[in-house]
Amino acid sequence: MPHIALPPDLPGIRGAMAFRPETARPLNALVEVLLTGPSTLSRGERELIATYVSSRNCTHYCHSIHGAIAAAHLGGDEALVKQVKTDFTQAAISPKLKALLAIAGKVQQDGKLVTAVDVQAARNHGATDLEIHDTVLIAAAFCMYNRYVDGLGTDQPDDEALYRVRGHRVARDGYVTVSEEYLASHAEAAHV
Amino acid sequence: MPHIDLPQGLPGINAAFTYRPETAKPMRQLAHILLHEPGSLTPGERELIATLVSSRNNCHFCQASHGAAAACHLGDDAVVKQVKTDFTQAPISDKLKALLVVAGKVQQDGKLVTAADVEAARNQGATDLEIHDTVLIAAAFSMYNRYVDGLGTWQPTDPEMYAQMGRHLASEGYNAPSIKQPLEHAAGQPVA
Repeated sequence: MPHIALPPDLPGIRGAMAFRPETARPLNALVEVLLTGPSTLSRGERELIATYVSSRNCTHYCHSIHGAIAAAHLGGDEALVKQVKTDFTQAAISPKLKALLAIAGKVQQDGKLVTAVDVQAARNHGATDLEIHDTVLIAAAFCMYNRYVDGLGTDQPDDEALYRVRGHRVARDGYVTVSEEYLASHAEAAHV
Repeated sequence: MPHIDLPQGLPGINAAFTYRPETAKPMRQLAHILLHEPGSLTPGERELIATLVSSRNNCHFCQASHGAAAACHLGDDAVVKQVKTDFTQAPISDKLKALLVVAGKVQQDGKLVTAADVEAARNQGATDLEIHDTVLIAAAFSMYNRYVDGLGTWQPTDPEMYAQMGRHLASEGYNAPSIKQPLEHAAGQPVA
């Protein structure tokens, strides 16, 4: 049961977004830039960072949906996504992404844990300043999205098929486009 | 020393925002809506929520700048200090105390928020929207704090700089930068 009166038909962050469309817009705009905007990191790689942080925060809705979006970008490779959640050091991903995931894992705990050595390790594998910046901000942003979803006690379904279907749609259409549908259909919920 | 090549002389999040304007825009909009736009919680109360979370995350730049903004709104430095130290003893409303309990749990993990915490806030008159915004402010500062710390930004210790910044934030909000010129005299100083 959500802690406040969220729309009952929208699970996870979608119910919270529909409850407060004013804050939904910048929240969607931020994730759109970070995960779908132009970048030298692939969309699959960026979704893996979001998935990993959400998994560390044990936020079922977020690690399931971003895991599904990651898999959609990575040719349906759900086993790879699962391996990143379990132990990314053994996953079939580039050494650069592993070094970036190490940074993301520290930011998930506390930004102050990131050391010059962590950053140098990522640079040694070819990471640019912008890639390091975006890794830090993706990890930080998912510490927000995860707390938002958990802190309101949103409905977080178990059904994997639901996430798989939606993951394909978000991978294809992006966050802002998909959000416009549920924000429009729940416009009467606007509070301010 | 910042971990990446951020513009010199801009403290804390200002350097990160200047480095990456595409992500700065929605991050500024989110803070402006949550902290500055009209709401049934006063801007001073909302800045206190941001300050408590930033203080719990030990993010010097964020707790000092939002503490200064709160002090400016409330005309009172002592209450800000008391909220950081032990808000249960602060001269603030029982409703705000109940909301700070919720915010303190979100700062750790959103799943710690219980129905009893929410009911306690409601019993003091908190609305669903106020509870929503408290959760999202606490979640958002779990992002801003990690962003500022995770990039190793320059976080000056000079209280007068934060007092000036606080006055700007209290009057203008968050859509435009509070620091418009690099602080040349202070560039290159070690992180606080």
